Amino acid sequence: MAETLARDAAAPRFASLLRGWLERHLQTFVASLGRLARAPFGTALTVGVIGIALALPACLELVVVNARALSGGWANALDLTVYLKPHLPDHDATQLAERIGARGDVASARLVTAAEGLAEFRRWSGLGAALDALTDNPLPASIVVRPRVTEGAGDAVTVDVLADALRTLPGVDQVQLDTEWVRRFTAILDALKRAVTVVALLLGLAVLLIVGNTIRLDIDARRAEIEVIKLVGGSDGFVRRPFLYGGFWYGAGGGLVAWLLVEGFVLTLEGPVGRIAAAYGSGFALAGPDLRTSAALLAAGALLGWLGAFVSATRHLRAIEPGVEP
Amino acid sequence: MIRFQGVAKRYPSGREALADLTLEVAAGEMVFLTGHSGAGKSTALKLLGLIERPTRGQIVVAGQNLASIGRRGIPAYRRRIGMVFQDHKLLHDRPIWDNVALPLVIQGTPRRELDKRVRAALDQVSLLGRERSFPIELSTGEQQRVGIARAVVGKPPILIADEPTGNLDPDLALEVMRLFKRFNEVGVTVVIASHDVHLIEQLGVRRIGLAGGRLAGDAHG
Repeated sequence: MAETLARDAAAPRFASLLRGWLERHLQTFVASLGRLARAPFGTALTVGVIGIALALPACLELVVVNARALSGGWANALDLTVYLKPHLPDHDATQLAERIGARGDVASARLVTAAEGLAEFRRWSGLGAALDALTDNPLPASIVVRPRVTEGAGDAVTVDVLADALRTLPGVDQVQLDTEWVRRFTAILDALKRAVTVVALLLGLAVLLIVGNTIRLDIDARRAEIEVIKLVGGSDGFVRRPFLYGGFWYGAGGGLVAWLLVEGFVLTLEGPVGRIAAAYGSGFALAGPDLRTSAALLAAGALLGWLGAFVSATRHLRAIEPGVEP
Repeated sequence: MIRFQGVAKRYPSGREALADLTLEVAAGEMVFLTGHSGAGKSTALKLLGLIERPTRGQIVVAGQNLASIGRRGIPAYRRRIGMVFQDHKLLHDRPIWDNVALPLVIQGTPRRELDKRVRAALDQVSLLGRERSFPIELSTGEQQRVGIARAVVGKPPILIADEPTGNLDPDLALEVMRLFKRFNEVGVTVVIASHDVHLIEQLGVRRIGLAGGRLAGDAHG
């Protein structure tokens, strides 16, 4: 009974405290934005610098993501090319292709005769006239082998085993795994991805420093005001609050600028990349930042801004005390 | 209400502002700290507002030893002390209403109560209707009254003022002092540092004289 009474008495008081707290925060939230708007040039500079710092890693990340999507399409192309010994009779070559095609771990084997190989090369290389000068076909016949990849075991190891088996066959000169360069490419991407992470960390730190320094200057400019607020009983938290929201706005604004820059980056590259893809007969299209990435960019900006302001304001506001004799 | 016990204050520069001050002010009392400049009046008030800390001795306010109040406790302590300054210390980029409301906003007073209390405080200093003006649009005397309204809006039990009439002509000065007396009459303990002997004598309240950082006289009425 007594507990209920106490709770009933406490509830409205708590609600009113909460409302007061929210009111004050909302008021400071809006007021800090207004303060930034009153100094548009300085604010734009800070926001711009933060935007560029955030856009750089975001653009790099986008490059990696797109390259990965591209290489994902190739990873399935596990074809092997079996080059036959030069001047192997066509009859033997056909027999060899059939023999390979009959293997359990091979899905298909297609013979490309020396003449077909030359015609294909002429078509793709654009060296038609130069090739006409040749009296002899320098290309060997080859067999394009598509391994039968069983689910779950369809990794490079199976393909490697097949390649080794094919190498021992009579009439085979060498076996080339077409996937090898895809693997190299993936390894390069992994390294690049790590580089992006490092760059993102460094530039995130730069954003912290930029916001921290801006807030330090803001605090210096409002020293007299801070002293008065402390004199009439304003706590460190109260004095700090508008600066934290200021940092939040700087960061969020920087995030927005970064997003615009990334969109611009994609728009600029879309045309050329499309033309390259078309030239290779690929339907690949450059992917821009999706909703999650865009939201992450804004959130990262706002968080870094707030954090930079927090560190800087906590540090510098301590030093401002009213009335200390100079 | 306020007790100084053997208080001394030496600034880092080496200047000794208070040598050995012992005095007591009862609750609801009004006192003037008088003396030449450099006598230690301002320093005594700064110690009272925890703007400075004593080098030696003890200060007890409303039963609380000020030495026990740490850095984090200062804001809460200052909210119970209304402070008036010679240079007003108003925020010049904000209207009068905002200046007076500041202590209430800091305390977290609900919004619907703010306007009522700000207007009541401005009414007490006869500045009702100037809420939207900026400090720069007001005369020095009016600015000082805004400072007083800000000091009393939170209804503190103690009001301290450092040379509140230093920049005012005699008529305005008397008016401001009468204002302090009115607050004292409703129970507020008031401590004012002033060197204006003529003015103080007209008011007929207790005068504590300081000289060289020591008590030099204590005259009632």
